[in-house]
Amino acid sequence: MDFISMITPEALVFFGLATLAVAGALGVALASNILYSGFALMATLGGVAGLYLFIGLDFLGIAQLLIYVGGILVLILFAVLLTNRIGAVNVTNVSAPRALGGAGALGLLGLLTHVAVKTDWVLTTPVSTPTTARIGDAFLREYLLPFEVASIVLLMSLVGAMVIARRAVRDRPLPPVQGATAPVDGAERLL
Amino acid sequence: MLQSYLPASVAILFGLAFAGLFLAGAILLGPKRDSAVKLSPFECGSEPIGSPRVRFSVKFYQVAILFLVFDIESAFMYPWATVFRDISCTGAIVRGICTAGRTSYVGFVSMGTFIAVLVIALAYVWKKKAIGWD
Repeated sequence: MDFISMITPEALVFFGLATLAVAGALGVALASNILYSGFALMATLGGVAGLYLFIGLDFLGIAQLLIYVGGILVLILFAVLLTNRIGAVNVTNVSAPRALGGAGALGLLGLLTHVAVKTDWVLTTPVSTPTTARIGDAFLREYLLPFEVASIVLLMSLVGAMVIARRAVRDRPLPPVQGATAPVDGAERLL
Repeated sequence: MLQSYLPASVAILFGLAFAGLFLAGAILLGPKRDSAVKLSPFECGSEPIGSPRVRFSVKFYQVAILFLVFDIESAFMYPWATVFRDISCTGAIVRGICTAGRTSYVGFVSMGTFIAVLVIALAYVWKKKAIGWD
């Protein structure tokens, strides 16, 4: 098979999205500013969402965009912005030496390559019906009870998050941080 | 299947292209005569006070956590919305309209229950004053 015939529109889309995801991941790992790492994560999550859409998983792709890019990433960025002088933190954990870390990464790469090459991949044609309708059908006919229970799970996670977050603030009042010129707003008055 | 994403891809590509075009235009065409005054930061014309990297209020994070729960709730609505018409009719649907007298409230009640539980969540955080700002 010659190389030119392999360049199909599908291949271009796939490699474009894969490049976006990998480049974003590299940005997360290599950026010197943790805020830039957070923004690079957006490219990774967006690229993965694109890959989901590419293989016909429309609901998974939209959920990835809606929840990970639109929600969890915002949460991560808020966490970065909420932490004062996060760039000046002295990490006390002992980091692995470069040689050991590199060996581990290479070992993982080898393992994944082995799996990718050795697996007997089954090639199927992409499913043409959108998955969202099928998921909705399953939710509202066969799995109606789990669907309703999901809202109770959401309710409990919200109540749990509130209880933990507010107790953490109450137990440990934030000490005044050196160098912070603006008054620390909210932490105390929240109670 | 992939063809149905073409309009969205075109919109995204146009967005990226326009943003890139204007950025490149500003970089390539704009005159750059920097001076000490031009390069100094300013806050609406007045002298900047302190570092811009101040700690944000922790309330932002709390609101973001709340947002996440209701974000996931909205993700559950997409599959429901796609089948709402089908499950709300026990008879035949002709050109999008259900046969007279054969409508059912299954679709409405199933999502109504789902949302009602999360309204309890909303009432809880409201009562706990987690969504107020003062």
